[in-house]
Amino acid sequence: MPMNAQKSVLGTLGSRAWITTVWAVTIFFVINLLALIATVMTSSFGTRWLGTWLPAGWTVNWYASAWEEFQLGDLLTTTFEVVFAVVFLAGLIGIPAAYALARREFTGKRIVMLLFLLPLLVPPVTYGIPLATVLYKTGLGGTMSGVILANLVPALPFVILVMVPFVEQIDPRVEDAARVFGANTFRLFVHVLLPLLLPGALAALLLVLVRTIAMFELTFLTAGPDSQTLVVALYYAVFAAGVRAIQSIDAMAVVYMLTTLVWLLVALRFVNPTQMVTRAKRP
Amino acid sequence: MSATFQSFKSLRLDRVGRDFGRHNALKEIDFSIERGEFVALLGPSGCGKSTALNCIAGLLPTTRGSIWLDETRIDVLGPEERGFGMVFQNYALFPHMTIRDNVGFGLRMRGVARAEAGKRVESALATVRLTDQADKLPGQLSGGQQQRVAIARAIVIEPPLVLMDEPLSNLDAKLRLEMRQEIRRIHAGLGSITLYVTHDQDEAMSLADRIVVMRAGEVRQIGTPEDLYERPLHLDVADFMGYRNRIPCRVLTRSGGMASIDVAGAQLEGSIRGTLVGDEAVAAIRPDDLCVADVGLDAVVEACEYRGHNFFGSARGPGGVELFFRSPKRVDFGTAVKLAAEPAKVLLYDGAAT
Amino acid sequence: MSDTARNHHLPLKMRLSAAGFDGVTLLVLPAILLLVGFFVYPFFYGLWLSFHPKDGSVFGNYKTFFSDPFLYETISKTLWLSIPVTILNMATAVPIALRVRLMKNQRLLTTILVLPITLGTVLVAEGMLNYLGPQGWFNRTLITFGLISAPLKLVHNYTGVFLSLVITGFPFTFLLVLSYLTGIDPTLEKAAATLGAGPISRFRHILLPLLVPGLAVTFCLGFVQAFSVFPSAVLLGAPSGPTRVITIAAYEAAFEQYDYSLASAIAMIMGVVLLAIIGAVLAARSLFYRGPAGGGKG
Repeated sequence: MPMNAQKSVLGTLGSRAWITTVWAVTIFFVINLLALIATVMTSSFGTRWLGTWLPAGWTVNWYASAWEEFQLGDLLTTTFEVVFAVVFLAGLIGIPAAYALARREFTGKRIVMLLFLLPLLVPPVTYGIPLATVLYKTGLGGTMSGVILANLVPALPFVILVMVPFVEQIDPRVEDAARVFGANTFRLFVHVLLPLLLPGALAALLLVLVRTIAMFELTFLTAGPDSQTLVVALYYAVFAAGVRAIQSIDAMAVVYMLTTLVWLLVALRFVNPTQMVTRAKRP
Repeated sequence: MSATFQSFKSLRLDRVGRDFGRHNALKEIDFSIERGEFVALLGPSGCGKSTALNCIAGLLPTTRGSIWLDETRIDVLGPEERGFGMVFQNYALFPHMTIRDNVGFGLRMRGVARAEAGKRVESALATVRLTDQADKLPGQLSGGQQQRVAIARAIVIEPPLVLMDEPLSNLDAKLRLEMRQEIRRIHAGLGSITLYVTHDQDEAMSLADRIVVMRAGEVRQIGTPEDLYERPLHLDVADFMGYRNRIPCRVLTRSGGMASIDVAGAQLEGSIRGTLVGDEAVAAIRPDDLCVADVGLDAVVEACEYRGHNFFGSARGPGGVELFFRSPKRVDFGTAVKLAAEPAKVLLYDGAAT
Repeated sequence: MSDTARNHHLPLKMRLSAAGFDGVTLLVLPAILLLVGFFVYPFFYGLWLSFHPKDGSVFGNYKTFFSDPFLYETISKTLWLSIPVTILNMATAVPIALRVRLMKNQRLLTTILVLPITLGTVLVAEGMLNYLGPQGWFNRTLITFGLISAPLKLVHNYTGVFLSLVITGFPFTFLLVLSYLTGIDPTLEKAAATLGAGPISRFRHILLPLLVPGLAVTFCLGFVQAFSVFPSAVLLGAPSGPTRVITIAAYEAAFEQYDYSLASAIAMIMGVVLLAIIGAVLAARSLFYRGPAGGGKG
């Protein structure tokens, strides 16, 4: 018994140290992450910030100047036009497709599933360059429609891959029952399917919304001056830093953060944070 | 580690308690089990029986009290240091290992020599009659076979104590009956303690030497199956042991352990159980024992069905109480009958307590 | 079509539905058409274009790429960033996920960690320029505690890009590993414990083998993201020096030299390198058990 007691004491010490290290690393990461976000916030509200812990004074003027300089009003309009168009089309095309894939077995289904999986696995830059080339050839490059179409390429499969398992867990006998009780296709859809699909569809579309706001590469490669979204404009502003005051760029970054985070918070009411990465990415 | 436990005599729980936050899942559990016994922990779901089992296994730390194997205190040890065998409800077979490796896992962890381990694994597989499935993966086996692997894996380490957590609940009815025989046979061959958690009183009675009935985190009664069946100490135990009729009544006279009672005008004789202080009582009678007679409780038949040998029915009795009875003949819906039971089969409990 | 249908004594509709095609199946068609048009077709067009360079020779682009160190070195530079980052992210994510899995309330942590993923690389790069800059809070804190005397150079170099890939990549890796870990039946570990396995044995013999398939997928996805790093390599790195990654080369070819043919060739080369590494990892994975991580039926 003493042997054993000694062993378990050593065991506890070792595991204590291990646990402490793991938490220390986690906390270090989280603190730096939050500090990074706080830096942007602080800077956007600061008057002059050079060589001190905090800015010399506080102001909201940078927001006004950023609004002017970067035409944030137009940018926000464009961003939401693009994003909502993508969400609407992805839902309109993706949800019926997901329903068909969940309910029917047909020859070639595996290939179709692979077709929907690939745009989520291949990095956007890789297929974005040939896609942009094609769009510019057809005159869609640099236009709003081009940006929307390009963003649909990952958004549509995302909706489908989130929705397929969701539809699968709805018992098909519910639909049969509705048919037996005399519902025609339209009524079946409105009274039975729609309410059942709604929670999953809402989650999928909110996730697409958040992802599309933050989708840099595809928009960057396909957008023209009039079809830029906020994240692309932010990139250009940071890229050309020095032309404008850093606080002004930070103010713009905060506006971008808010547009994303508001939707993220809405989305997190319906989905688990883990689902932001797993649902579609897990083959 | 387990070597020191080989010659043990008994397992003892000394006022063991376990809280989940503010919830008192296990109050103060006290009982001991002798070597060779098969004991069932019986109770409805949420009564704390699984919590008790997990505390004994070391998978849940206890909040209060202590657990002893003879003079060794074991509740301070980790689950891997206790050397008990456990069979889980969902079997918990390692899906990436063959049946042979699953069964041999405990021996491997103990550093048993390869040749010796191989021999013991073969013998354990033979005990559960799965020798020819040894090289398959668990996913390739049927539910009953997986269950037997789980048992083999637990007994191959020759544990002083085998813990089983509702091991048959995922099997179909026929397989359940077969596995009962198997488990009983394996227990007899091991000569150690088997502690078996179940919510099925039938299973507990057919398997166990002694049954510990639990309710709301407390032990309500400990006894042999006969004890519990014939002499439940509390109304809730009686309820759990199949005393479906619970008739509110008034005590008229008492003599010794017996009393005569009044049920809305009709009179019955019964035996007093537990502490019956006041005049308000509840009479508990098994449907088997409540029969159609010449004198007894007036009731109107509401349903009657044939169950081989006998008819069983339900009837509306005095004061609207629902009665379940046995009858050798069919009685039609709406027939007025009189129902009575032998005084020894009418158990009287304090009406104020539940 | 209807002729053949009559020849087979069955209406086309019925023959189609026997193969699983009916009205409902058609709902999948718009999605297929869209992806064929804007994903498959551009890919093949790009492939074709890459073999039709400006100079007219079939392999001209590929020759150009592999003879110009300014171009071919982007492969090694990208790998030199993406592989160490992916390994580091995995090596920290796994132990942390192992602890967090035991927590009852994971939601606050997972919500914080999902932030950099949703905010995206551009914002993270923007923030890092301030935060890790010579005047930023990070260097300032280290100096205050006396750990360093002069500010560390953490941006506009390899380190900057590396750190940005950790900030966006670690949460991604962590959340994936966590979801794989929670998919493993916890009673398996309990069973191993009752059989005498201590924490290290339980990890080695039970968790790890069941986790390997998920780790392989996580590695691939993490690697793909790191390999295709673009905005932070430009904003936080030295885009003409050590962090001139392959995406920069492709972008410059397409949008600065307007040589779509060369750009397509670089995109194809990217795809091939990615495929090679993913293929290797997945091939290694197939050596392990790949079935469900449950403990049995029910």
